[in-house]
Amino acid sequence: MSASNLIQDLINGILLGGLYALIAVGYTMVYGILRLINFAHGDILMMGVYFAFYFISAFTMPWWLGFIVGIVGAGALGFMVERVAYRPLRNAPRISSLITAIGMSFFLESLAVVVFGGIPKSFNLYPKFFSRILIIGHTRIQVLTFFILGVTLLLMLALVWLLYKTKIGIAMRAISVDIPTTSLMGANVDNIISLTFIIGSMLAATSGIMWAMRYPQVQPYMGFVPGLKAFIAAVIGGIGSVPGALVGGFLLGMVEILIVGLFPNLAGYRDAFAYVILIVLLMFRPSGIFKVYSEQKV
Amino acid sequence: MIKISEKKSVLKLENLTIKFGGLTAVDSFNGYLNKGELVGLIGPNGAGKTTIFNMITGIYRPTFGNVIFNGMDITGMKPHVITHLGIARTFQNIRLFSEMTVLENVLVGEHSWLTNFAARKALHKHDPEEYPRPRWKPWFWSAILKTPDYLKMEKEMKSHALELLKAVELEKYAHLSASALPYGPQRKLEIARALATKPSLLLLDEPAAGMNPQETHELLEFIENIRKKFSLTILLIEHDMKFVMGICERIYVLDYGKIIAHGLPKEIQNNKKVIEAYLGDEIYV
Amino acid sequence: MKRISVRTNFILTTIFVIGSGFFLLFADNTFGDYWSRIITLIAIYAIMAVSYTLVNGVTGIFSLGHAGFIAVGAYTAALLTLPIQQKAMSFFIEPLIWPLNSIQIGFLPATIIGGIVAAFFAFIVGYPSLRLTGDYFAIATLAFGEIIRIVIQNSYSITNGALGLKGIPPYTTVWWSWGWLLVTIIVIGSLKFSSYGRALRALSEDTVAARAMGINVFKHQLTAFVVSGFFAGIGGALYAHWLTTIDPRPTSLGIMLTFYVLIMIVLGGLGSISGAVLGAIFFAIAAQWLRIVESPMNFFGITIPGIPGMSMLIFATVFILIMLFWRRGVMGKKELSWQYLYNLFLKKVGDQD
Repeated sequence: MSASNLIQDLINGILLGGLYALIAVGYTMVYGILRLINFAHGDILMMGVYFAFYFISAFTMPWWLGFIVGIVGAGALGFMVERVAYRPLRNAPRISSLITAIGMSFFLESLAVVVFGGIPKSFNLYPKFFSRILIIGHTRIQVLTFFILGVTLLLMLALVWLLYKTKIGIAMRAISVDIPTTSLMGANVDNIISLTFIIGSMLAATSGIMWAMRYPQVQPYMGFVPGLKAFIAAVIGGIGSVPGALVGGFLLGMVEILIVGLFPNLAGYRDAFAYVILIVLLMFRPSGIFKVYSEQKV
Repeated sequence: MIKISEKKSVLKLENLTIKFGGLTAVDSFNGYLNKGELVGLIGPNGAGKTTIFNMITGIYRPTFGNVIFNGMDITGMKPHVITHLGIARTFQNIRLFSEMTVLENVLVGEHSWLTNFAARKALHKHDPEEYPRPRWKPWFWSAILKTPDYLKMEKEMKSHALELLKAVELEKYAHLSASALPYGPQRKLEIARALATKPSLLLLDEPAAGMNPQETHELLEFIENIRKKFSLTILLIEHDMKFVMGICERIYVLDYGKIIAHGLPKEIQNNKKVIEAYLGDEIYV
Repeated sequence: MKRISVRTNFILTTIFVIGSGFFLLFADNTFGDYWSRIITLIAIYAIMAVSYTLVNGVTGIFSLGHAGFIAVGAYTAALLTLPIQQKAMSFFIEPLIWPLNSIQIGFLPATIIGGIVAAFFAFIVGYPSLRLTGDYFAIATLAFGEIIRIVIQNSYSITNGALGLKGIPPYTTVWWSWGWLLVTIIVIGSLKFSSYGRALRALSEDTVAARAMGINVFKHQLTAFVVSGFFAGIGGALYAHWLTTIDPRPTSLGIMLTFYVLIMIVLGGLGSISGAVLGAIFFAIAAQWLRIVESPMNFFGITIPGIPGMSMLIFATVFILIMLFWRRGVMGKKELSWQYLYNLFLKKVGDQD
């Protein structure tokens, strides 16, 4: 493998990793607070992409406005999903809410099939400028790459600022440690949980739209596998930890691209890497890289 | 459930220590229980009493120290093997199988009769002369195929379970759901369930918690009763001082994970350190 | 309360089984091929559902890898019964490896081997996964299920990869499927109502207390998981010989199938064997009925175009509604027994329990 190929792979890895990381944040925040694997997360992402797609193509919105509307729409959808399906089950056995989340995932997928049709649609609604290719040394890089990297980085910085520097972020982090105590301190738990779903869904939709720009199509099942892998990224980083989710996302994206780059005949197994990593990790270090301390009381 | 030869000290705890992160929850606990004794383990909240139970029954693995049961080192053994060897326990916050009937709860305790292979192997290793090499019996297949062998066992289990329920005066509730029982009988059922594993050592975690004086008095007699009937050695944790003084032959007092006193109830009552530890915790005195 | 004796129970059950047999004989001969196929499918679904409920309901661990074991059973049995010429014809990307390319065995041994291989996979998956609890276990089994699917998709010399297997002999009849369902119910029922079943129900409620009662939680869970895997494999084998074409797409033998079976057992009540059977019957019939929604309709001369995906949407909606408002399902954890029916219909008002 030549050096320029390697650089190309590294860039692709970072790119993919960034997309995973943005989705993983929603998973990890929801799990941190509710101990719920929100299976529908990837499908909210898919819906966000569809919203953007239809607002741009049907209402002839400018692309950036369509994207924003799609992202906001996904946020609203995330809010509704929590409100309708998860909140009534908050005090039920945890497995019940997990089953409901799986049901929600299939509900959104089939809803998309019914409303938007099951056939993949090409997603090339962004200005031609993005598909221009820059040649640096021997490496060819699409302008889109810079755009995605820039947006990813910006959102991550914004997220870290939100979580660590604002009152609302501190409340979010506090709630993930101990819900009853935080509510005693005067924080409105329901509102903060809603907000978590909204932020997570919006980040995921942003990632999804950039995903659709890069692999230019949109289809009802596009959210499931990236969603699952982003969950794995969250586990790699230590579920419940936002910095962990970011690091885990980048690591997973990197590993996927590099393994295929180094061993091209494993390409067919690409989707299996993440699962193997997940299983190995769960066996030997279930707490992930950034350990989140928890102990079962007997 | 396995008969163990008589040796003087049933349970010996040597330098038992456990650390959680930086916190030493129990610090070199040394103690013993002689056969047939009823010993109390008392101390203020968070002193580490239940942690000691959890170490004896294998739920926690001690950081240092050993648990010796009938001369055999059982430190670090799995909880179910320890149960098969003859240590049974109850829980502070009653943990019955609430979706099952009273009878089924006891029968679950008796399931260990079928699956005690690991414990018999451990015993054989400990004392090959006393305990012959165990033969594994494919009970699982017998249970699915309902062989006569298994049906006989099932019948035995049921009659033994009913016997136990009679002993704790719960036989009339046998087919009721366990969650339908009032608080007092639930405590008794938990003890009956523990007895179903045929223990020689019984650990009771705050059996009188949440009971009124009348019930407490009854429980006192009840425990005395089963101790004789099933020739048990009992270690019990309790907050209620009156209860402990009335029943225990010997008492360990624990505070901040350390033994601060050990002796006969009378000695403990007048021990300065104990009074100090319980000061501010007056409700319990 | 009047208790129905063991003997009465046995006699009634025998009559019921024989009666059902006659009904099936009648239905098989009079309702035509289409309904024969549906009746066969009901039993296949019921086998999958009963084996799934043993893990997800009775044992109380939440597995999402069921479709993986079904796929293993389906592929194993299909590879054993496929005619040798058919194999030579289908495997044109890479030829089938040695022992498989030159054998063809009967349906019964192939089904049993399918079950055994699936049970073996269940052991391999369960052994590491069962160290995890709750949703971590769920996600690990989901991952294993997907790995199985991806491996099938890529092993061209064994499974013919993404092309799938075609021309599997249509051996699965009403008798095979209902016969196997009877075996499944007897074995899993016998397990559930034995001392082992009690232990499983106990550990599903409270693992710590179960351990303190001397139950080796890991071993019991693994046993249930392997038994469940065996019957999932049987179900898969029957399914393959019902479909006659199988391939490793997620929508055929992947996560979608797990979800279908999950709908059945949630509807019937997690942990109830009879509930699982009822759920399977309901699902199979509802799926047929909902095909109407997906195909074009003609109302008084106006043609309404069919809506693809509508049946799935209805199932998902019903599923979520069940989870929100009717979590115990039809049967809860109870079983449909003669005693249950007696209490339901014949118990006089004022009878004491």
